[in-house]
Order: sequence, then C-alpha cells, then structure tokens
Amino acid sequence: MLSYKDFDNGTVPAWCPGCGNFAILDAFKKALLELGIEPYEITLVSGIGQSSKLPHYLKCNGFNGLHGRSLPVATGISVANHKQKVIIFGGDGDTYGEGGNHLLHAFRRNPNIKLFVHNNAVYGLTKGQASPTTEFGRRTKAQPFGSLSEPLNPIAFAIAMNCSFVARSFSGSPEHLKNIMKMAINHEGFALVDILQICVSFNKVNNFEWYKKRIYEFNADYDLSDKLKAFEKSQEFDERIPLGVFYSNSRPTFEKNIPVIKDKTLVSMQNFPDITSLIC
Amino acid sequence: MNYTIRICGEAGQGIQTTGEGFSRLFSLLGYNVFSFQDYESRIRGGHNFYQITFGTDEIYAPKKFLDLLLTFDKKGLEYKNLLRDDGIAIYDADYLKKSEHDEKFINCPFRQLLNNARLKSIFENVVSFALVANILSIDRKYVYKVIYDIFAGKPEDIIEQNIKAVDIGYDFDVKRKVNLPASDSEEKILLDGVKGVGIGAIGSGCKFYSAYPMTPSTGVFQYIGTHAEKFNIVVEQAEDELSAINMAIGASFAGVRAMTGTSGGGFALMNEALSLSGMTETPIVILLSQRPGPATGFPTRTEQGELLYAIHAGHGDFPRVVFAPGDPLECVYLTNKAFDIAEKYQIPAIVLTDQHLVDSLYSYKKDLKLKLKNKDYRLRSADFENYQDYKRHKFLDFTKKIPLIPLAVPGNSRQLVFTDSDEHDEYGHITEDGEVRKRMVERRYFWKIENIRNEISLPKIYGNSDSKIVLIGFGSNLGVLKEIANNKEISVCAIHFSELFPLPLKENSNEFLKIISRSNLTICIENNASGQFQKLVESEYGFKFSHNLRKYDGRPFNYDEVLEDIYAIL
Ligand SMILES: Cc1ncc(C[n+]2csc(CCOP(=O)(O)OP(=O)(O)O)c2C)c(N)n1
Ligand code: SF4
Repeated sequence: MLSYKDFDNGTVPAWCPGCGNFAILDAFKKALLELGIEPYEITLVSGIGQSSKLPHYLKCNGFNGLHGRSLPVATGISVANHKQKVIIFGGDGDTYGEGGNHLLHAFRRNPNIKLFVHNNAVYGLTKGQASPTTEFGRRTKAQPFGSLSEPLNPIAFAIAMNCSFVARSFSGSPEHLKNIMKMAINHEGFALVDILQICVSFNKVNNFEWYKKRIYEFNADYDLSDKLKAFEKSQEFDERIPLGVFYSNSRPTFEKNIPVIKDKTLVSMQNFPDITSLIC
Repeated sequence: MNYTIRICGEAGQGIQTTGEGFSRLFSLLGYNVFSFQDYESRIRGGHNFYQITFGTDEIYAPKKFLDLLLTFDKKGLEYKNLLRDDGIAIYDADYLKKSEHDEKFINCPFRQLLNNARLKSIFENVVSFALVANILSIDRKYVYKVIYDIFAGKPEDIIEQNIKAVDIGYDFDVKRKVNLPASDSEEKILLDGVKGVGIGAIGSGCKFYSAYPMTPSTGVFQYIGTHAEKFNIVVEQAEDELSAINMAIGASFAGVRAMTGTSGGGFALMNEALSLSGMTETPIVILLSQRPGPATGFPTRTEQGELLYAIHAGHGDFPRVVFAPGDPLECVYLTNKAFDIAEKYQIPAIVLTDQHLVDSLYSYKKDLKLKLKNKDYRLRSADFENYQDYKRHKFLDFTKKIPLIPLAVPGNSRQLVFTDSDEHDEYGHITEDGEVRKRMVERRYFWKIENIRNEISLPKIYGNSDSKIVLIGFGSNLGVLKEIANNKEISVCAIHFSELFPLPLKENSNEFLKIISRSNLTICIENNASGQFQKLVESEYGFKFSHNLRKYDGRPFNYDEVLEDIYAIL
C-alpha cells in the first residue's frame, strides 16, 4: 500500500514559512496517493521560479529545466513515452510570461500534460516584480508608475483556445485543490489548473484574507463543453472569484494524433534501422 | 575529361528539376557527377542557376568555366564570357528578345514548338533537357528512363505529355553535336548533404526530430518527415527554435535519440538550451546549417561563418563536439558519430553544414555500403531494475578512465531519474554546496573534455605530402581541396579537417604538424571574412599560416579560382 511517506524525499523546501507552495505540494501528494499513482510512474517537469522547485521536494522522475520552457520539454517527454504521467509545476511568470508562446501552442496541440500554475500574481524568486497576472496599477520597485499592462486572464485565454480542461483553485482551499488536481490528472488531454497562491513575502495585497473574502467554489451548473457559458464565467474576477472547473472537452490528444505511436511508446521502439533502402 | 553545364532562369521555371534531371541522366550513364545550386530567396522570378559537372575524372567541386549554357532568362546570357571557346549556349530568341547573334548560340523557339504541339509552356525545360541530350549524342532511351523515374507514380497523361516534349527536343535540328568520351563504369548514385545528414540520423536511430523551418536546414527536416512513418520517427514543427530544442531535450531525457536542426538565426535562439543540454547532461544532436549572416543575412547563399560561434555558443563551461562534414558521405558518418558521442558522453553535438553542402549533389559507386556505429548507451527496463541506487550525475574522478554512469530511462524501473538546470547533486537535485559544485564541474567539464579528445579523428591528407604548398581547410571545402590536390599542373598538399571541436590532440596530429613545419607556404582556405578556422587552428597548434584565401560573397570556392589564387601567391 502506498503511503504519504512514499512521496516524501526528505528535502526541506527552500520556501518562506507561510508560503502557499507548501499547501500545493501537500495537496498534490494527497492527490497522487488517492489515485494510487506511484513515484516512478510520473515525470514532473518545471521551469524556474519558487514554484518550479516543487519537483525537488517530492519523489518522482523529473526534469527541472529553463525559465519558461517546461512545456516543450514536457511535450518531448510525453511524445517519447506517453505511458508516463507528465505533470508540470510553474509560476505565473514562468508560464504566462516567459513561456507564453509555448502555452499558446500547447493549447493547440493538446498534449496529455497537466499544467499546474502557482499564480501568486508576482515574481517570487526575483523578489517582487509584477507578473502577467498582477493587477493594473500595482506599484513595485521595478514598476515605479505601477504595472501598466492589463493582467492576463488565463482562464478566459485557455477557454478561447479550446484548452481541453480549464480549472481554478486556491492554495488556501486544500480539499478543493486536491480534488481539482485529481480531476486534471484523470483528464485525457492538456489540463490547465490556475492555482491562486499566497506569496507572504511579496504580495501583500492578494493575501489569504483578501482571497477568503472573495473566493467561492462553484459546481458548473452548465454543460462543461459549453464554451460561451464558460467564457462568461471566466470574466468574474473582482469581488467574487469562482473556483472550480470552467470548461472541458474530449478532443484527441496530440499523442493520439501521431500514427507512429499509436500502438507502442516511441521509447520502446528505440532501435537502429536498416537504411539500405535510403541509398539509391 | 569533364564537362560543365549551367542552366539558368527565374525561380518557378523548373531550373532545379531540370538540373536534377541532368544529374540523374549523367549518373545513369556512369559518369561522375557534381552539381551545385545558386538561388535567390524568392518563390517566383529573380535569377537562379544550377550547374552540373560530369565526366570520367573525379569531380567534387564547382568549376568556373562552362561548356554549355542553357538559359531561360536574359541575365543568363551574361555568363557567355564564362563559356569555353568551343562552348555552346542555348536560348529562345523569341522569349529573350535577343537580336544579336553569335555562333556559340543555338536559338531554339521552345514556346513556339510547344504551342505547335499543343503542349503547355511548362514543358519548356523537358524540351531543353532532350535538346541538350541530343547535342551530347546521348541516346533518347536514357532520357525516357529519367523522365519515367522522375514522374513515377504520376498519372498516365502527364507522363505521355512529358515524353512528347522529349521528342520535340530530340527532333529539333541542332547542327552542332558533341561526342562525349564513353564512361567506363556503371551507373552511379547521387547524394546531397540533405540526404547525407538525413540518412545518418535515421540510421543512428533518431526517433524524434523537432525543428522550426529555416533555410538551408529545412531540407533535412523535410527529408526525415518524408521517412518518418516507415522508420517510426516523430517529427514535430515546433512554434519556435526555443521550443524545438527543448522538445528534443525532453524526448532525449525520456529515452529516445533526438535531434533538431536550424541555421544561424535559429541557433542563436537555441543557445540557452544548448547550455541546458550541457548542464543536465542530456544528449542532443543539432544540425547547424550555415548561411551568411549576421542576422537574417543572405538566406539562400553559403558561408562558413559560424564555426567559432558553434564552438563557443551557450553560457558556462561545458563540452560539446562540433563536426563539419565535407561531403554527403561524411554527412552520414559524422551525423552518426555525433549521435554516438552525444549519447556516450551525455553532451550536445553539433553537425555544422552549409548551403553549399546541403544543396550539392555528389555521385557515388552504386554498391555503396554504409557501416554505422550504433551502440545503445542507455539503461533500459531490466538493466535498470538491477541497478542499485541510481545516481544520474555520479561524481567521477577526472584523472581516471572510468565510463560515465549510463543514462536511465525514467519509468523503466522503480528507481527515479532526475535532473536539473540548476547546479545539482549526484541525484540531480538542486544544491548550493560549493564542494558539490566543484566536483560536478570536474565531472561535467574536465572528465568529458579529456576523454572526448581521444575520440576525435585526425585531419585527412590529400595530394603530395612532401609538397611545399600546403592548402588547409574544413567542412564543405573538402571538394575543392581534393581536386586541387589531384591537379596535374602543380604539386599541392591539401589537408582537410572535419572534426573541429575539440581539435585532435597536438601529440596525435603529428603528420599534419610535420607537413606544416616543413612548408613555408601554408594557405588557409575558408568561406568567411574573419578567418575563423585559421584562428582556431593557430591558437590550438601554435603556428601561423603564411597565407589565406577567404571568400565571403555568399558563393562557394570553385576549382579554377582557387588554382588561380595559388598561382597568384606563388
Ligand atoms: C531566462 C531567464 N530569465 C530570467 C530568469 C530569472 N527568473 C528566475 S525566476 C523568475 C520569475 C519567477 O516568477 P514566477 O514564474 O511567477 O515564479 P514564482 O517565483 O513567483 O513562483 C525570473 C524572472 C531566469 N532564471 N531565466
Ligand atoms: S517569495 Fe513568495 S512565493 Fe516565494 S517562497 Fe516566499 S512566499 Fe513563497
């Protein structure tokens, strides 16, 4: 029987006490435990940021790559071995900033990858600059006149791009977070879970109390494949912030669309073919 | 004997197809063939040419002078001063509105002939193909065969119309005929650099190729794509070069041989991930197909301007190998060696080609048999199960010759595989420990550099190694070096490097250094302005070249010009 300890690798996380990342790590371990997934069956991929350190604090296979580049690495892994569960942890800067172009194309490809974004509306590891989800006008040391760009709405963006699973949760709602993670892992296709995360050191505005006043859990009372309804719901983000699954569809995954790996994983086909037929 | 034909015209006029048709025809007849292309970055219009030299001599390099000029545009007539005294030029006076006439010219009204036969003007090149074959006294049946080969699988009526066009060309009364000496050998096969790299990659077990199109690397991307289904390869067009290389690194981490390809501009974008491959010790093969830079440069032309860039690209200390094949066969073998070394030493390997090499056709003996080195260095399934306490980045004593711990395939065992772009410990996890950092650098840098050097082959020596004139070059200049070494007028020793980084050890490069020290006329030849190869060799071996030949007009060296330049130096 798997136990919680099986996912513990004994490393003490280098996160600030009270950081929302702890709860995300904890919820993920519990989700894996409840789903009965063993450490060797998953490959975690991440970029750079506080959030991207997560794979180091859990027993798993993992590739901790470059800032913003987790999606292409994960796509390569998933295509090479589609039997592995490939899961990404990243920050809002990593995913929506540096990695923006890759996100756009991951929506189009629909690889069987789960992307968990720790959205703390700030750059944590580089100490508090604005991120793509920081509200308009927020002043930081690097934004002396306030952030002058509209924040990105990842949920609306994902729905618009027909992402096959789009959900939001909150690091301060552990049960909800764990359940959404389980749903995302079980979903076949590209899943984006935007996780509102507390950064106690650099985001003094969107703190626990701020979120607690606004968040509410909703169970979609519409057909989850209804894009327009989902889009409407995605526009809610001020006095009331909905948590839950906004949208999902079951289009074929990128891996399923590649005939070469229909029957077997690419990694199981690694060989040295006879090339005589190519010389003519 | 050798004979040179230049076909020119606008893009979209089928210049390339005709050129390939001729290359096939002459190789079918058993001649040695060398063809290269010069084209603009546009789909229609402009001015392009395709030049074929064939004959009974060994031919590996472009020639300056022409025996036959076939032109479909006015600009092509400007090459008439390159024609030999007994040369022939063919053009369509109606089309070119050229009134002056010259006995070298044959005026053939292609369009009118086609019109009379109710064929579309697109058959112009087929008519001209047959016309030239007739001038060269080549039997019509060979031209039919080439047409059948090129249009194999196409609808019956298309083939019929082509054959009709062949007959029009043959039946045109040319008056002048050339009798070629018979070729003494059997049919040849043709390979260009694209096929060379493609065959090398497929034969090395490449299972994943991701790229973003950029001339002149795109040919390989498309070649592998065409063969993907048969050889079980996944080919993906990434959203950009950053993604292309990161995807390949991901696939490689997961356990398959992976490659990406690009040109200078795209390689610039790949730099950070090149460094990632170095840090995470994930093998990857990168095709860097050069064109003249900087920036977007001269998109369809040739240069060897990225040698030092390939060697130095990426931040931080990490080893890589850089191979610059000299001809299509070397493309096969060095792509194979790149895969082998990348896997064995868990490093990035760069295959450096250029437009001239990828777009040039070389002929080879029909019974060409390739012998590739293929060894799987990975721990898979059962091997991995039995491996106790897997440390992917286990420390190594860099003074000793113990092999690296093999890469393991994640998920093939209950043991875990982890790696990191941050400095990491032996298990691949982040560390801030200075001592660990030091030992990782020793593993990653010193140990690898020391051992890789021993795998590097020595430069090849052609011609008279006692000659006082020594010509030294790398990569796609192999052809011109070999032909100069073979020339019958003056004795030249030609030395060619194709394994450029790390360069072979000084002690091992004995023969090369001996030749150099004996000679007071050492000429470094390269297709760039700054003398990158010269700098590399001089700094590594500590001697100075006496002369150099540098060409940076976007065109390859040709045999006659290099010979003239050598005479000028003498
Ligand atoms: C190419 C590159 N640019 C910049 C950085 C510096 N950097 C490290 S983390 C980071 C931002 C992290 O923000 P986010 O992704 O939101 O993660 P968080 O730390 O907030 O979890 C930046 C800019 C880097 N490592 N690499
Ligand atoms: S800076 Fe913020 S995100 Fe980073 S560890 Fe501290 S609290 Fe967490």
